[in-house]
Amino acid sequence: MDALSARDVTVTKDKKTILEKLNLSVKRGSVTGLVGPSGSGKTTLMRSIVGVQKTASGSLEVLGAPAGSPSLRSRIGYVTQDSAVYDDITVEENLTYFGSLVGASRSSIDGVLADVDLVPQRKQMVSSLSGGQRARVNLAVALLGEPELLVLDEPTVGLDPILRNNLWDMFMRLAKNGKTLLVSSHVMDEAERCEQLILLRDGEVLWNDTKQKLLSHTHATNVGDAFVKAIEEAEV
Amino acid sequence: MKKTAYHARVTLATTRRVLSQLRHDHRTVALIFLVPVLLLSLLRWMYQENDMVFNAIAPALLGIFPFVIMFLITSITTLRERSGGTLERLMASPLGKLDFIIGYLIAFGLLAMVQAGLASALVIYGLDLTIQGPEWYLYVMAILDALLGTALGLFVSAFAKTEFQAVQFMPALIFPQFLICGILMPLDQMPALLEAIAYWLPLTYAVDALQAVAQNVDITSDMTRDIWTVAAFVVGAVVLGALSLRRQTA
Repeated sequence: MDALSARDVTVTKDKKTILEKLNLSVKRGSVTGLVGPSGSGKTTLMRSIVGVQKTASGSLEVLGAPAGSPSLRSRIGYVTQDSAVYDDITVEENLTYFGSLVGASRSSIDGVLADVDLVPQRKQMVSSLSGGQRARVNLAVALLGEPELLVLDEPTVGLDPILRNNLWDMFMRLAKNGKTLLVSSHVMDEAERCEQLILLRDGEVLWNDTKQKLLSHTHATNVGDAFVKAIEEAEV
Repeated sequence: MKKTAYHARVTLATTRRVLSQLRHDHRTVALIFLVPVLLLSLLRWMYQENDMVFNAIAPALLGIFPFVIMFLITSITTLRERSGGTLERLMASPLGKLDFIIGYLIAFGLLAMVQAGLASALVIYGLDLTIQGPEWYLYVMAILDALLGTALGLFVSAFAKTEFQAVQFMPALIFPQFLICGILMPLDQMPALLEAIAYWLPLTYAVDALQAVAQNVDITSDMTRDIWTVAAFVVGAVVLGALSLRRQTA
């Protein structure tokens, strides 16, 4: 069964259509890259999946339930682009609070801290952290409670390359353990790591299949070129 | 049963989180505790030769200062949750809307107890306020007023998009209540329409209660009504506050 399936999903904001009759599906246990230029609707799509954005029409099924269902709230981890954590308490206090909402144990909080490499900073105030460290606190919160679906909006912006590598290894490991990850990025080398790709442009899906098929379909050697060709193809 | 336990747990977790935010912010806590004390001292200084006026207005101000301070603090804090994205994160989590509001109410309620305790102790023992009625009533009303400020602050912050707007809610919503609540002019001397409006506003009952405890040795039926009315306004504002939280944006 698919972790996500969208049928004719339309989202409008202030009378502007952001997503129009969008169709896509995401397999369980995969890492799917959501790629597209800024303004293409990536964040709106992710917010709809998480259930904080109203959809105007169409059906959006997430883990077998309509998006926004109360039963989904403990099953999805969401990383927003701007870190949504409390600045005026410590890293640990943030994780303890958000962890209590999803029933995360003390030891799992320690595990998450280690995963995002923030153990030395656990007693630090979030306001004193660097941008990259703050982004990792944000990611750590989403990992609490072992959600089945992780929706990550540009989770690796501003991180050093080694750490970015480690996080991507972790994403792959999570997928291997049956979790589903939807990761947005505008960095093409990150898209290269995903087995599944969704290309989004102006609220329309240009591609929703494996990376391999995209490359062979467009006769490109990398995702960046393939994206350009897919756009050209769509415009003809 | 399991659900109730969850909601109780996350409500208290929210309280603890709000308190730890305050614990790291000494200056705000000092302001919350000291500002009413300083204002009431100032009032005593003004009326040092005139016990009658001081005894008449100090009890009412003992309720109004915590009310205004907690209203402002709560509306700004909640607005920060909104603009910082944490509220959206909480609304995407299993946390209930009432858990969020009541968690805040308990945290600020504890703060209000200390604040009102300090201010009441000061006016009674330090500033020689003479009241006829029981001191506990003064204390309870002062806390209730602070809770009312908190609950209203939680509710109105839903209608503010920026800090500038939130701050404006104080003159817009609090000052009119202050003008017609019976401190500046007895209710029965006001135009009939204004008097009728005043009876729909919570501060009127808060002030009536605090003026009554200054003059009556025993708790009158009006004073009992005042306590329940203010408590009902707190509950009403909590419910409205919960309704004003949105899981989804359009």
